[in-house]
Amino acid sequence: MTDITKETLSPPRSFLSQDAIQLFYRLLAVFLICAVLAVLNDSFLSLGNILNVLRQASLTFFIASGLTLVVLTAGLDLSVGANVALSACVAGTVIHTTGSPVLGILTGLACGGVVGLLNGIMVTALRIPSFIATYGMLWVLNGLTYWYMAGETLHGFPAGFRQIGSGYLFGLPIPVYLLLVFLGIGTVFAQRTIWGQEIYAIGANPVAARLSGIPVTRRLLLVYAVSGTMAGLASIIFLSRLNSAEADIGESLTLPAIAAVLIGGTSLFGGVGTVFGTFIGALILTLVLNGMNLLSVSANWQPLVTGIIVILAVWLDMKTRRRAQ
Amino acid sequence: MREAAVVSQPNPLQRIPGVAIVLGALIVLFGAIAPGFLTPANLSNVLVQSTILTMLALPMTLIIMTEGLDLSMGAVLTLTSLCVAIVSLATKSMLLGLGAGVLVGAAFGTVNGWLVAILGIPPFVATLGTLGMAQGLSLIVSDGQSVVGIPHSVRDIYSATLLGIPVPIVIALVTYAAFHGLLYHTRFGSYVFALGGNREALRYAGLSPNKLLIAVYAIGGTMAGIAGLLMTARMNSGHPTAGLGLEFDAIAAVAVGGTSFERGNGWLLGTLLGVIAVGVLRNGLNLISLPSSVQVASVGVLVIVALFLDGLRSRT
Repeated sequence: MTDITKETLSPPRSFLSQDAIQLFYRLLAVFLICAVLAVLNDSFLSLGNILNVLRQASLTFFIASGLTLVVLTAGLDLSVGANVALSACVAGTVIHTTGSPVLGILTGLACGGVVGLLNGIMVTALRIPSFIATYGMLWVLNGLTYWYMAGETLHGFPAGFRQIGSGYLFGLPIPVYLLLVFLGIGTVFAQRTIWGQEIYAIGANPVAARLSGIPVTRRLLLVYAVSGTMAGLASIIFLSRLNSAEADIGESLTLPAIAAVLIGGTSLFGGVGTVFGTFIGALILTLVLNGMNLLSVSANWQPLVTGIIVILAVWLDMKTRRRAQ
Repeated sequence: MREAAVVSQPNPLQRIPGVAIVLGALIVLFGAIAPGFLTPANLSNVLVQSTILTMLALPMTLIIMTEGLDLSMGAVLTLTSLCVAIVSLATKSMLLGLGAGVLVGAAFGTVNGWLVAILGIPPFVATLGTLGMAQGLSLIVSDGQSVVGIPHSVRDIYSATLLGIPVPIVIALVTYAAFHGLLYHTRFGSYVFALGGNREALRYAGLSPNKLLIAVYAIGGTMAGIAGLLMTARMNSGHPTAGLGLEFDAIAAVAVGGTSFERGNGWLLGTLLGVIAVGVLRNGLNLISLPSSVQVASVGVLVIVALFLDGLRSRT
């Protein structure tokens, strides 16, 4: 809390040189992990596995990119995983009953967005701390989804719809194209638009942001709604790739998304971080989990490793920031 | 120190209405619409089923008083419950099982405290990380399977009675008395109040806030260990998702009970009533045949409403 003032004195852009060093370390980590895995396992460098890693990373990235904006405002959205599950189940039902994938996609995005907006209202209008408000939302959504699905599984979706998650274009999976598109949109939005810069300012110092005329409440509502909508998008990709929806699909998604944001160098204390960093974070996490999988480590180890990575990432972030001052 | 404690003691008259009204309203509501709710057997059932939550909600109150949070409690309880099951199965000894559970729980609590106090990681993220770790370890030690064949000595703890009172209730009452004594009648208790309200004062008094903070989280982990024994006894097995979401019920009980998330003051009796309110809510919804999913969602709503009211109060 005490270091907030220091950050507000300099706009995010002037962190570029330090950001560049941080980014270099992360790319180095990606390279090292790849090198180690390539040595340990022959199939790691196969085209099939690399595409698999990218596709897996794209799913984490969609959730984590919206979450990045929330964390930039010094908030947190713990409801993203549960939001993916609810949105997927709602979208799946709409596709089944109307037969229209377009309507299903729109409903899924809208469902995610509305949940995000509700989070934003709790944080702004009701002034509940974001981590506890979205944690409450997590259980509300969980309950709703289980109640709605009543133990059923939805499966079998139109072939065209399934292309979104499992199709290829010029040899690359379609989610990878979507990843590039949203990486571009996210980066331009955060770095090159006034709204994006205002989000950084709110995270660095909410009081100063309010006093300098930034509509803090509206920007926060936007940020939470975007986070929810990205969860909605992830739910569509998930639905079309698995070709099925169940109430429990979101339970293992939140921790990896938070891990990706934090490994990517976005600070929990707000105002520092980039969407591109989150992409690298998603890549690092996916590589680690993929590597464990290739080395035939049981999937049971994944939550343990992800938990350790979350703590390590926050600790390293705090350490480097302390040294930078 | 004494003064700090006295100042931050909540005004009971201001508090009692909140949680008592919630509890009273729930009892009246379910008494009217849920068949069999107001029978002695069912009410005693509510209390027995609330014991595990009591064991978590009381230390959670202390942790929240320090402006902290422990999201890992449910997952740690799952892990300790599995430890109790595995060790008591292997050694046929309830006490060794309990010892293993308490040891693992205390270790996790200490790690939580260390991450929060020494490394300075925000509590909700630190304990989210250890939640993942405990969840992972639970899957690893159990290989995703239930541990069955628990010795009678463990099972009996949940079903036995002492002077006609179910043993779980006796354990909960003893725990409550211990926490009450600890928080309101020892120096440590007044330090806990100071941890939330006035950490500087502790430093000036020559005390180490970090060590105290670690102790508070360690108490939480230890209690999760003891609760793990009750969970194993209740389910007659160790199960890799036994404690899923229990930390949320504990947070709900603390929030409904009137402990503030922003001002560092806590009220243990409020937490106890909050635990019973959560138990009544779940039991009542169950009696009118609403599935556990609806119960989970309504506890979520309960927390959000309680926190909203807490925010309102702290602003007035």
